[in-house]
This record gives sequence, structure tokens and C-alpha cells, in this order.
Amino acid sequence: MVELVASALKNFDPAQVWTILEEIKDPEIPVLSIVDLGIAREVKYHGGEQLEIIISPTYSGCPAMYMLEEQIKEALNHRGFIDPIVTTRLSPAWTTDWMTETGRQKLEAYGIAPPEKTTTNKSVLFGGQKKISCPRCKSDNSEQISEFGSTACKALYRCLDCLEPFDYFKCI
Amino acid sequence: MADLSKKDALVQYAAQIGDNGLIIGHRMSEWCFRAPTIEMEMALMNSALDLIGQARELYSYAATAQGEGKTEDDFAYLRDEQDFRNALLTEVPNGDWGDTIVRLFLMSVYNKLFFSALADSKDAELAAIGAKSLKEVTYHLRFSSEWMIRLGDGTSESHNRVQKSVDNLWVYTGELFTMTDAENLLLKDGISVDVAALKADWNQNIAQVFEQATLTVPADGWAQLGGKADGVHTEHFGYIIADMQYMQRRYPGCEW
Repeated sequence: MVELVASALKNFDPAQVWTILEEIKDPEIPVLSIVDLGIAREVKYHGGEQLEIIISPTYSGCPAMYMLEEQIKEALNHRGFIDPIVTTRLSPAWTTDWMTETGRQKLEAYGIAPPEKTTTNKSVLFGGQKKISCPRCKSDNSEQISEFGSTACKALYRCLDCLEPFDYFKCI
Repeated sequence: MADLSKKDALVQYAAQIGDNGLIIGHRMSEWCFRAPTIEMEMALMNSALDLIGQARELYSYAATAQGEGKTEDDFAYLRDEQDFRNALLTEVPNGDWGDTIVRLFLMSVYNKLFFSALADSKDAELAAIGAKSLKEVTYHLRFSSEWMIRLGDGTSESHNRVQKSVDNLWVYTGELFTMTDAENLLLKDGISVDVAALKADWNQNIAQVFEQATLTVPADGWAQLGGKADGVHTEHFGYIIADMQYMQRRYPGCEW
């Protein structure tokens, strides 16, 4: 078989792999890459032709994970990182604290309120709902419409000043 | 059953936890396009997705532990009724919105306690699934608790109906705290959860929300068993797998 793409593993540079991973966007929130989201956890080079990418799913039922896996393989294959292994790692469980600062800014600019910084105490059943600031007018005067939104990772809020409804990337 | 191997016990155990998630998740998905408001529907669908996602992780692990080259799909689509070991509570029909909420609430209180304990399992994969699932079921518990209070402490109509749902479903709750042979065997190695020991906390958590909801906790009486230990299901179960497995049975191996 003719090798169409020269192997990039001869002068392996992990930074190059991370740059490629940054091009892979979440299909539901196309401004965020899997690096911004903290889904891409680790790049491991095992020598020879073996490159491994470790990913952690956001939610157990996230339907995008299979697609992201395929996109990672495709993107890397095209750049000469032939047949990478993509491994799913469940532990430690993904948390919104892994979202990068750039990711949070991009999310807000896109109109989705970024998650609260520290995961709330899960032992409290009805913890006081924190005020989420409106990504449009920045007012903290908002209320929750529904804890479940258009995707598993979002809740639905409404700004009581500018009256716009907005998504909140909920913290887990 | 002295001849149950540890490997078989682990496969049974992972699959059985997965069965609870798949079957209740499937039931909840039946509300798609039918819930009273779009927010209620999205909440149920999101939660169903979590539960089915958890089932996928557990089935995949069961398939790996089994080592016969099977996948999660074999567990979901190609097993027969008797092979499913879900608790009967997860399979009874949805009924009205109140019945659905009561079932989700009873199950979510259990799931929260169960996955907290599973997160400490000596089996690394089960512990990882436990820790991940715990985050998700916490949302289910909050959602269903709020609805329990809204319905119980709502109008006399909603109060009476949701109390009736509780009274009807209570007979299925005892099964959640029974131990199978596989669970007993794995408990010795710190792999499985001692579900019998969760009962006191479960009762307490239920009582807390019921108090706010002005609902009465039924007395524990005779418990309906069958699904978890023996794969003996209610008459409703066959319809679930007829619907869920139709494509794989009619077109074996079909893919999207």
C-alpha cells in the first residue's frame, strides 16, 4: 500500500498534536474545542507508530462522544499521525472545572453563561441557587427556568433585566 | 450457588446495574413528544439519556469482563426477558405524570446512595462509573424531589393522585434492597455495594422529602420480588423488549 501521508511521528512534537486537537469542535457548541472543554486529557506517545489520545466524556450519555472520537482519528490521520488510538477514561470524572479560561470566555461571547467555578456540594439537595450572570447584559438578576436544557450539559435561564432567555453551562 | 465464579458474578453484577438504567431510561424515553410542557420533557429526556449512557458503560464493562467478544449491544438487544435482572420498579408502565415522577424519585434516592457507595468499589472500573453516575443522578434526584413537593403540596387533586402513585409503587421498593448471589459473592472482595445496608438512609431521605410534600410514607409490607434475582418480570416487560429489540431481531447485525 502506498503511504499517502508521511508519518509525522518521526519528529514527534506533542504541541503539534494539541494544536490539531484544538481544531476539533463540540458539535453542539461549535465555538468550543475539545481542548477548551477539557475533554481531551492526554497525548501519549508510545514510540514507533503508536500515538494515544485520552478523552473523558462530559456526560455518560453524551451522543457526541463517538463522533468526536472519529473526528480525532480523522484529523490526526490527515496530518501524518497514522491510526492513533483514542481511549475513553472515566476516572477522574469530567468536571466543568476542567474548562479552560479561554473556553469560558468563548462560551460567554457565544451567548452561553459559563459554569460556576467550583462544583457545588452535591450532598445538599436544594442548595441555594447561585445567581448566574446574563451573557448579554451581564446582569446578575436572572432566574432558572429549567435545570435541563437543549443538551445534557445546559440549563435554561432568563435575565430579569434584559428579559432575554439564555443557556447556562451547568456545573458538574 | 457455590459454583458461581467471581468472573461470572462480576458480569452479572455489571449487567444487572445496567439493566436498571436501561429499562427506566427506556420507560422515560416513552414520554418523548408527550410530556405536559417542553421543559418537563427535556428534563425527562436528558435524565433518560444519562441513565441509558450509564447502562452502556456498564454493559461494555460486562462484555469486556466476560471476554467472549460480545459488546454492549448484545446485552441490550440480544438477551431474552429472563436474562434482564432489573428491579421491577423500573419496568412498570409510566402511568400519569405523577406516577412517572414518583418512580423516578424513588429510584433516584436509591441511585444516589447506590452510586455513592459504588464509587468506593475495589473494582476500579465500577468505581469510575459510580463516581461519574453520581453526578448525573444528583440532578435527577433534585428534579424529581422538586416535583414531589409541587405535586404533594399542591392542590388536593394533585396531592391525592400522587399519594395514590406512592401507595401503588411502594410494593416494588423492597426489591431494591435484596442481595443476589452475585452481590453477596462480590461483597466479600469489596466490589459490590451492600444494598441491604442502604435501606435506612433511603427511608430517611424519602421521609424528608415526603414531609415537605405533605405525603404519607406507606408502611413496609409484602414486597414484590422477581426481576432482580430471577429474571421473572411483570407482564409489561415483554412489550418493552419487543419495542426496543425489534430492529436487531428482525435485521440481525444491522447498523445505522
